[in-house]
Amino acid sequence: MNAQRLRRLVRKEFIQIVRDPSAIAIAFVMPVVLLFLFGYGVSLDARHVPVAMVVDAPTAETGTFVGRLQQSPYFTPLPYPDIHAAQQAVMAHRADGILWLRNDFSRALLQGGPAPVGVQVNGVDANTARILEGYIQGAWENWLEQRALDQGTPLVVPVVPDTRIWFNPTVRSRDYLVPGLIAVIMTLIGGLLTALVVAREWERGTMEALMATPVTIGEILVGKLVPYFIMGMGGMGLTVALAVWLFAVPLVGSFWVLLVFSALFLLAALGMGLLISTVAHSQFVASQVAVIVTFLPAFILSGFIFDIHSMPAPIRIVTHVIAARYFVSILQTIFLAGDLWGILLTNGLALLLMAVIFLGLTWRRSHKRLD
Amino acid sequence: MAVPLQFLAVSKSFPRGRDRVQALQELELSLAPGTITGLLGPDGAGKTTLMRLATGLLLPDSGRVLVFGADTADAGSRIQDVIGYMPQRFGLYEDLTVQENLDLYADLQGLGREASRDRQQELLKLTALGPFGSRRAGALSGGMKQKLGLACALLRTPRLLLLDEPTVGVDPIARRELWEIVQGLRQEGTTVLMSTAYFDEAEQCDAVILLHEGRLLAQRSPQAFRAPLAGRTHLVRHDALSRRRLQESLRVRPGVLDARILAEGVRVLLREAAPPRAAGEHWQEATPAFEDAFVALLGAGAGAKPAEDPEPGGTPDSGLPPDGAQAPENVIEVRDLRRLFGNFEAVASIGFEVRKGQIFGLLGANGAGKTTTFRMLCGLLPPTSGSLQVAGMDMRHASVAAQARIGYVSQKFSLYGTLNSRQNLQFFASAYGLRGRRRTERLAWALREFQLEGYQDANADELPLGIKQRLALACALLHEPPILFLDEPTSGVDPLARREFWQRVNGLAERGVTVLVTTHFMDEAEYCDNLVLMSLGKVLAYGSPQEIRAQARTAEQPEPSMDDAFIRLVLDHESGLRRAS
Repeated sequence: MNAQRLRRLVRKEFIQIVRDPSAIAIAFVMPVVLLFLFGYGVSLDARHVPVAMVVDAPTAETGTFVGRLQQSPYFTPLPYPDIHAAQQAVMAHRADGILWLRNDFSRALLQGGPAPVGVQVNGVDANTARILEGYIQGAWENWLEQRALDQGTPLVVPVVPDTRIWFNPTVRSRDYLVPGLIAVIMTLIGGLLTALVVAREWERGTMEALMATPVTIGEILVGKLVPYFIMGMGGMGLTVALAVWLFAVPLVGSFWVLLVFSALFLLAALGMGLLISTVAHSQFVASQVAVIVTFLPAFILSGFIFDIHSMPAPIRIVTHVIAARYFVSILQTIFLAGDLWGILLTNGLALLLMAVIFLGLTWRRSHKRLD
Repeated sequence: MAVPLQFLAVSKSFPRGRDRVQALQELELSLAPGTITGLLGPDGAGKTTLMRLATGLLLPDSGRVLVFGADTADAGSRIQDVIGYMPQRFGLYEDLTVQENLDLYADLQGLGREASRDRQQELLKLTALGPFGSRRAGALSGGMKQKLGLACALLRTPRLLLLDEPTVGVDPIARRELWEIVQGLRQEGTTVLMSTAYFDEAEQCDAVILLHEGRLLAQRSPQAFRAPLAGRTHLVRHDALSRRRLQESLRVRPGVLDARILAEGVRVLLREAAPPRAAGEHWQEATPAFEDAFVALLGAGAGAKPAEDPEPGGTPDSGLPPDGAQAPENVIEVRDLRRLFGNFEAVASIGFEVRKGQIFGLLGANGAGKTTTFRMLCGLLPPTSGSLQVAGMDMRHASVAAQARIGYVSQKFSLYGTLNSRQNLQFFASAYGLRGRRRTERLAWALREFQLEGYQDANADELPLGIKQRLALACALLHEPPILFLDEPTSGVDPLARREFWQRVNGLAERGVTVLVTTHFMDEAEYCDNLVLMSLGKVLAYGSPQEIRAQARTAEQPEPSMDDAFIRLVLDHESGLRRAS
């Protein structure tokens, strides 16, 4: 490995990155767009859900209950005069559910018997429907409890679940989505961008000229690895900074541990990118292959959005060959739970294995030949 | 001293689909030290494969390739230390500046800082690229890119320099400059192997290798190539017949190997020395050129035979009045045509006229404004100002109506690569709205006239360039347009296919089709009746090939070629500009 040649190759790569708008788009613009999308736009939580309120006979009791809902960040109660108007509102998508306090509500309540509350939920979006159902129930129980406390009478409920949510007490989906994005962004730079830039050298004929010089294949490979490794780590740093300071995601574990495991994952991603480029010598094919075998799996099959345990068994098996899966698990652990070495080391070992396999294959498949 | 390059029974094949294509077969050759060797051959002869084998980037299937005695199979990196290689696409990083490209290749070749700086200065001076050091390679003109590519390959004075078609698409001035650089390398003891599509370059080499279908046809000096042709080349003129009629008649005469139209008459290559004269003809012996040797060895009429039967109702001898007796009807009229792109004037007030049945050429280097002019003529690009009449219609308003009367072959041939020849023809027949019997007839005509029957089921992508060009021409002629526009139809096509192509175009013109053609091959000007010579958006000269060449006649150069004329006119034009400013 000749230092002069290597230094120049790395420098050339950086100049190209800075001057090529498409490289900047993939390395900087897309990560930031993804961050803002997942930090602000996409949320798997239900907040400010519009709920149609129908109160047949307003009393002091119904008043406190409605007031309670109005204060909650989860609901936006919308009053409707009768149940038909409320149903129309649901059909017109003005409300996602109906809360119906019938005219016997206060009487049943004062008599101490069960006071039924009518709840109708639009089930088209199953996820929101289930969340809404749970929230309304929670709000209702909360109100009953408060009321019992006010009146000094003990609330008679046979079983009271004492729920405690670990690691993400406020149940904010942003707290696990944003760290998971690091895996996606590093895949973007290590897999897609790397495969593209090597394919571009083939396409423009520069690879042929490069190979006809005394440069070695190792220098060409390392000359690609180093710049995109630096870029990938930069992308990681940017994401962590925005996650912690802008989106207020807690970083429970240590940053240095995060750095080490990120580097490991990035090597695996770069290995994939370079391996793709040994097969695909046109930018079109390289981008298709890279999106399908690196980017999409990092999104869908890594557990970043969709829980791996709830996937069908065959797909669960497939996820084992996806490097991002191990990294997402590491990320969520470090961010939300801390440096749990048991989890980190097993997943880290898998990443190491994949990095060695991909880089090793690339090394073996690369020759200073055109055929 | 070891032989710079030696091929010992080298064979190389590549997979294509299910079978393999034999690129080189049992090739034996060697280069003499310190010489310039030209590599010529039709498309697909194996020229690029030969170059790549010499660099060690490809290994032979069998046989050995030796560079200064070292086998490329096991001494790859040692060989790459002593060679310079410029691939067809010259391997420049377009995002990098001229200086950055030079620095990159200097470091890759392990040049020390001092040595590198001195050598770079020297090369920048030699290539006249000095003032463009901070310009990005992608923003250079074609000729400058080639010179930069060459400079990068010359940084550490290579002992063997391999150049793959370094002069393609470059204007005559840049071509001449490149040649001067290459010839200067003789003094440094560098051995040069360069492939080329230009016969005049072949004549300047010490030796020429002629390759055909992966086999070595001949390797000797240009003089040795020409020697056997002494007394067999003639220039023929006729008192009454037009050049095209004369050529038609000569071509089919027994004993004639080849007949080529020149501005002055018809150049004939004979099998034997005795010319088959006919009444009214004036035969004059001419000096054999390398092109004649090329045709004699390779062509022997192969492929250059015309379609046996021209279009029904339009045979050359169907009693059309001879040239000149026709009413001079202007089919295309261009006046004060301008086109700006932002502040850049791509076409600056040009004007010309084209009469019916003429072949009219737009000549100029890359970037001269040919393609822009062309697009405006086709109605694909609105002019900034000026008037533009095609077939009596104003292209600024009635472009769709006029387009129905135009057949257009674009630079890239615009064929559907994954459709076979027949499907391509069918598609274009539908696009031109041909139906029923006419459609069937025209499709059959196209297959017959352009000898495409054998290629009906081959996908357009897999066709050799020459056949592709035939297919594109057939597609453009399906609707029998009276006007044919050809944009660089011969770019990248080998010399034989180019001749055959011009043969067809001549036949069309003979039948009254008006042809407008752009080309950067100056020698193709000879086929045109009239032409404009363009440079940087301006018309340098307008007239017949003889007239234009006459403008460049000087005492030292009594018979300038079109290349010479171009260089002279451009230099005059530029010095005129300097005086004016």
